[in-house]
Amino acid sequence: MNSVIKVENLSKMYRLGLVGTRTIAEDLTRLWAKFTGKEDPYLKVGETNVRAVKGRSDFVWALKNVNFEVKDGERFGIIGKNGAGKSTLLKILSRVASPTTGHIKVKGRVASLLEVGTGFHPELTGRDNIFLNGSILGMSQDEIKSKFDSIVDFSGVERYIDTPVKRYSSGMYVRLAFAVAAHLEPEILIVDEVLAVGDAEFQKKCLGKMHDVSEKEGRTVIFVSHNLHAIKILCQKTVILNNGELFASGDTEEVLSMYHELNRDVKIGADTEVNNLNNRRGKGIIRFTSIDVMDYSGNSRYAFEYGEQVRFKVSYKTFKEMKGITLTIALMSGLSRECLTLSHFEITKHTVEAGTCGEAIVEFSDLNIKPGEYPLYFELTDSLYNSHSKDVIDDLTAPLIIKGGDKLKDSDFDPAKPSGFFSTPSKLILNELNENIIEVKNL
Amino acid sequence: MKKTQSESEWTLEIKPVSGWFNFHLKDVWKYRDLLFMFVKRDFVSVYKQTILGPFWFFLQPILTTITFTIVFGNIAKIPTDGIPPILFYMSGIVCWGYFSDCLTRTSSTFITNANIFGKVYFPRLVSPLSNIISLLMKFGIQMILLIGFLIYFKMNGSDVNPNIYILLTPYLILLMAGLGLGFGIIVSSLTTKYRDLTFLVSFGVQLLMYATPVIYPLSALPEKYKWIVLANPMTSIVDTFRFAFLGAGTFNAGNLLYTSVFVVIILSIGIIVFNRVEKTFMDTV
Repeated sequence: MNSVIKVENLSKMYRLGLVGTRTIAEDLTRLWAKFTGKEDPYLKVGETNVRAVKGRSDFVWALKNVNFEVKDGERFGIIGKNGAGKSTLLKILSRVASPTTGHIKVKGRVASLLEVGTGFHPELTGRDNIFLNGSILGMSQDEIKSKFDSIVDFSGVERYIDTPVKRYSSGMYVRLAFAVAAHLEPEILIVDEVLAVGDAEFQKKCLGKMHDVSEKEGRTVIFVSHNLHAIKILCQKTVILNNGELFASGDTEEVLSMYHELNRDVKIGADTEVNNLNNRRGKGIIRFTSIDVMDYSGNSRYAFEYGEQVRFKVSYKTFKEMKGITLTIALMSGLSRECLTLSHFEITKHTVEAGTCGEAIVEFSDLNIKPGEYPLYFELTDSLYNSHSKDVIDDLTAPLIIKGGDKLKDSDFDPAKPSGFFSTPSKLILNELNENIIEVKNL
Repeated sequence: MKKTQSESEWTLEIKPVSGWFNFHLKDVWKYRDLLFMFVKRDFVSVYKQTILGPFWFFLQPILTTITFTIVFGNIAKIPTDGIPPILFYMSGIVCWGYFSDCLTRTSSTFITNANIFGKVYFPRLVSPLSNIISLLMKFGIQMILLIGFLIYFKMNGSDVNPNIYILLTPYLILLMAGLGLGFGIIVSSLTTKYRDLTFLVSFGVQLLMYATPVIYPLSALPEKYKWIVLANPMTSIVDTFRFAFLGAGTFNAGNLLYTSVFVVIILSIGIIVFNRVEKTFMDTV
């Protein structure tokens, strides 16, 4: 298959703060550099775009050396946190902004939907706005005329078609706007997070339409969203942008599992303040100091094949005397957040002194659960499950991801077999307790 | 060999801004439907929810003409070349009004359209072009008013002589539109970064009117200052317009030629600057 979009070394620099001050001086500096054949001095001072960290320079790279290709007929997803550079990339792709360096090669007509209803005029009727919006998006009058009925039909606002759009509900407005866009016939369709509005039924319809556009008509779709579920069901290939750089690219499933690691960068340590995170309960008698998910050879990862062995390694530390320690590990449903399986492991029955450190590894030898995302729940309590002695890490780590591997057969999901809450074979394979290694202060 | 073949298939390359002379005039033609839709939008939306609708177009020149007739004709007693003051002022106001509307409307192109421009690509020139075309509508309605007055005064035996030069009207309109557009897009390009110019435009246009024979005939000017007024490209347009419809004043082909050359130059500069700015303005506006 041929590439229809080729992004090469694409970078975009923005300056922060008040644009407009000192610009004449800078313009002159730039001109002088250009005149004397030097590199633009302001390109050198750019910093990586990390939103939360205060930088030294006013210039940041919203995108830096981004490379990827999109193949013909592919549904291509772009994900990333706020400020990762997604919108900048889309703006450059839709020719609204220009890159600072690098270039993009495109094959075919591009239509971009960075916003629904661009140019909608509130005073005009739905009918007029279909024509106006259609022309803004690059359709000819004849094209719109021939598709008019189909557009109205798709939007489901036929009754209001001769009413000014300012009288529309916001949902109707979006429906009409997306309906116009859905009837564009470009070779490449770029869609930004436009499905955020509109009800579930309409969102489904939009995703379906995008799917059809690619599947049946062979067009390329580039889709940006925070809705990972939407990306997952729609896109074959996905890239992750992080701080303006390409973090990962490849098949959607693999990339999504990496995205979780990127996104759940929460530090779980003994020093974490007791009431710092809502998700940490208990009175700080015992704390997890680290949690790791590993495969059988000890490599940390969160994505596993169906049926593969999974090991959880936890470290902890006590701050007060405790009557025994019990570790609980639970897998939750990615959608409903209900507990699917819960396993308790007794680490010790005896009283443990303050300042005890320990490490335990739990092995799930044959995790026969459906491919999907499973948020993890870890809990430490004393032998009596007293709530004041708890420490809980609830969905703060990356979720466990089970991919459909070779061992997967349809018969594994026999509807006759019990589903829902179930137990899986698991055992404690390491249990180390080292009392009084570290002095505990202030207790 | 195979590689070069596939390389040549790319239909579009998005590159950093470079060069001053890659226009998208072909693109503008491709988007002519959009141009038409913008004009329609302007026209339909302006008078939604008003009772008088397009009749407001009449009110503005009538009131201005009355004011000018009282202030400049009756109080300041500025001569009007023997033409009824109402016709004299109205002809000037209609012309000047079109030019100044074109200039002020197009000069804020980037700022008023930042929202659309930031979301969708189309040749940005479509936007100011649609402005000058929709303003033509207003101009046309005011022309009807002027012609109505003209007929009334002619019937009442005033000394007004419409002549063959009326055929020049489309050309004059073209010149005015070109001049307004040219200046307007230059200003709009510069204001994306430096907003100062917007202040200049609003009162600059008013002041410029006094350097144009709108409220006085060219013949009433002292020789000493004549060159200033003649250097103003609008002068020959207003003058020729008045000569064609009212038969007063002068027709000077040389002055009109000067204006034509001026328009071509200003429009070329405008398009060059505009094309350059349309690619970067999203970062600065």
